[in-house]
Amino acid sequence: MLFGFSWDTSHGELAFAISILPILLMGLVVTIEASIAGFAVAMVLGLIFAVLKGAPSRFISWPATFITEFFRDTPLLVQLFFLYYVLADHGVILPAFLTGCLALGVQYSAYTAEVYRAGIEAIPKGQREAARALDFSARHTFTHIILPQAVPRVIPAFGNYLVSIMKDVPVLSVVTVLEMLGVAKIIGDQTFDYLVPLTMVGGIYLILTIVCSGIVRYVDMSLPKTGIPLK
Amino acid sequence: MTEPIIKFDKVVKKYGTHVVLDELDFDVKPGEKVTIIGPSGSGKSTVLRILMTLEEISSGVIHVDGEPLWHEERNGTLKPASEAHLKKMRAKLGMVFQQFNLFPHMSVMRNITEAPINVLKLPKAEARDRAEQLLKMVGLTEHAHKFPSQLSGGQQQRVGIARALAMRPKIMLFDEPTSALDPELVGEVLNVIGSLAAEHDLTMLLVTHEMRFAREVSDRICFFDRGKVKEQGTPEQIFSNPKEARTREFLKAVLEG
Repeated sequence: MLFGFSWDTSHGELAFAISILPILLMGLVVTIEASIAGFAVAMVLGLIFAVLKGAPSRFISWPATFITEFFRDTPLLVQLFFLYYVLADHGVILPAFLTGCLALGVQYSAYTAEVYRAGIEAIPKGQREAARALDFSARHTFTHIILPQAVPRVIPAFGNYLVSIMKDVPVLSVVTVLEMLGVAKIIGDQTFDYLVPLTMVGGIYLILTIVCSGIVRYVDMSLPKTGIPLK
Repeated sequence: MTEPIIKFDKVVKKYGTHVVLDELDFDVKPGEKVTIIGPSGSGKSTVLRILMTLEEISSGVIHVDGEPLWHEERNGTLKPASEAHLKKMRAKLGMVFQQFNLFPHMSVMRNITEAPINVLKLPKAEARDRAEQLLKMVGLTEHAHKFPSQLSGGQQQRVGIARALAMRPKIMLFDEPTSALDPELVGEVLNVIGSLAAEHDLTMLLVTHEMRFAREVSDRICFFDRGKVKEQGTPEQIFSNPKEARTREFLKAVLEG
């Protein structure tokens, strides 16, 4: 029994599969929640890192570069354990779900920062020159000229990272987050049938990523290529 | 004798070891329309870009409207300018770019009103009024709601001119404003610049390859060669009776090309 649902092991594999589907879907909800939360953290943190890495002062850009390299070049699992166990030892106790989303967001912020930077650097030099000639502040230039043009260019890359994050969510099961894979494993442990739940997890993941890629492609196609329009 | 509004004093601009401006001395009087001509690499666009503070100078001093552009006077000596000083000085200048550089994600109206509202802190209604007058002047009243990609190159450049004028600069810089245009669209842009020159006491500094137009609108033509003013004078002097062999060579190549 899990989440109030019990499984049917005595009427063949199909009946078993049908009986555990609602349980896996409960896990799927957690997977999706963790993906979206982790992605949101990566989007926000990535933008901050992108701005810091592009700062004119080396005292800002170098540490930012070092930190993002560190995030990118250490395994997600190490970061996750660090946040969950080491911080707890020092009195910072975060719920498992929150820790997981943070770890995902932190790791992926290193990648999204690069995506933002690439998008920002792809804006023609003339746009900055025109903004300078019109005397816009650096801040206004960034928020009203550069960013609205950069964002539509980088949406497809962000979509790919969203799918990647989704596929990394099962790692969170090691800190007791009951996402879909963790749920499937519990079912396997208790019924001694791993084949059916794990196959279903694989299938559900496949559907999920295909749907996500479709949504990303649709969003990408419907985005104005010249930037987020300002009337 | 009026004080020059632009004064270059032994200005040097180098990229590494490549000298673009070679101890350039160059003056423009208030209200004067000056066209800079010369071979590519002679430093003519660099003069405009330095004035617009898009590029720094290597040495020398530039005065604009009585104040040093790239320097600030502190305790009687000239120190490199702060961003605040550059900001103040930029307000005196407007620039029209070869590639238009309109903001593609903003409507024509917003392209023109964005800076007056956010930089000059003009009320929105006033900025719109100003933009409408300018659009009327450049003949694009019906296109206010459109986006740059929906306009022809000539129309885009006319928006570029209106956008620069909306800041009410004292000096307008035109950096090859028609070089990126198809030949049939050059005329409409030149007409706008021409009427601007005829009807306003704006100081205008123009870099162009349109020799006939330069002859019509300019008070003075400056021939640049290797980062210096090789020869200058009225359009009549330069086009009909150039003294320097280099000038004759250039004009021959351009006019017969």
